Amino acid sequence: MRATADRPQARPAGVRNWPLRAGIRAGLPLMLPTFAIGLSFGVLAVSLHWDPAAPIVMSIVVFSGSAQFASTSVLGDGGTVLAAVAAAALVNARFLPMGIAAAPAFKGGPLRRAAEGQTLVDASWALANDEGRFDRGILIGATLPQFVGWVGGTLVGALAGSAIGDPKALGLDAMFPAFFLVLLAPELRNRRSLEVAIGGAALALALVPIVPPGLPIVAASAAAVVGALRE
Amino acid sequence: MTAVWTTIGVLTVVSAAIKATGPVLVGGRELPGWAARIIALLAPALLAALVVVDTFADGKALVLDARAAGLAAAGISVALRAPIIVVILVAAAVTALVRAVT
Repeated sequence: MRATADRPQARPAGVRNWPLRAGIRAGLPLMLPTFAIGLSFGVLAVSLHWDPAAPIVMSIVVFSGSAQFASTSVLGDGGTVLAAVAAAALVNARFLPMGIAAAPAFKGGPLRRAAEGQTLVDASWALANDEGRFDRGILIGATLPQFVGWVGGTLVGALAGSAIGDPKALGLDAMFPAFFLVLLAPELRNRRSLEVAIGGAALALALVPIVPPGLPIVAASAAAVVGALRE
Repeated sequence: MTAVWTTIGVLTVVSAAIKATGPVLVGGRELPGWAARIIALLAPALLAALVVVDTFADGKALVLDARAAGLAAAGISVALRAPIIVVILVAAAVTALVRAVT
């Protein structure tokens, strides 16, 4: 998939060579799983008696599946606004190391960089990553189909709500781990990356019962630090 | 509903700040060699963590449920070089099937 970005310029100049084009194409297979998870989110929110507009607005302005699920479940359990925001911030803390890693790929002054940084999502980050160098077109472009899928899914879930039933019965929650496995697979051919993957997975699982949700993913970064020190 | 809308408003700001931090602070500078080595290994570390946490965690509990069967089926599909969309649909279908029969 990465190769599409490097294809020789056989096409006519102009709109067709728009740098985001390869990224949008790379992100298209992600529209279905993000739609499905967005739909699950919409259904969950209306099952908590939210105004259907709330999950739709949230998906547009927050645009972060794991953070939205985390804060929504805290509110659903009777938690405070502060607890809900804190849970979501912890879940999204992985975008700190991810954003630092991808930073050289963004363009312009601080304001533009801050705006471009909003396109950071797990899948685009992984697709754009080539041994630590990030392709700007894929980083931003691959997020666009996911935004459409995410907001569209939430819209359908929030409005159709009870008619859909339990999204878990359809196995929709298994789509994202399967997708991350697809992105992980090529990394496992390299011995050092394989060791780091095993270390990161083990560390994250060990921390799940101990620390708040979200932190185990952030902590897995430590496996990358250990792996780099051993090189 | 006030709590919901307040959460949405605050979370929008917090989430945007988190995502902007790296790109703004690091700027367009190339990172030093030691940082680049860590970053090259962040993908396997974070992706492996996302796979296992999304599959085996339920809040703060570790569980072995239908998602594990879905992930195993996804693994087989990846080994058989199935397209991404097929891998994702196989994972959902197997997970749904296991839930339906258990």
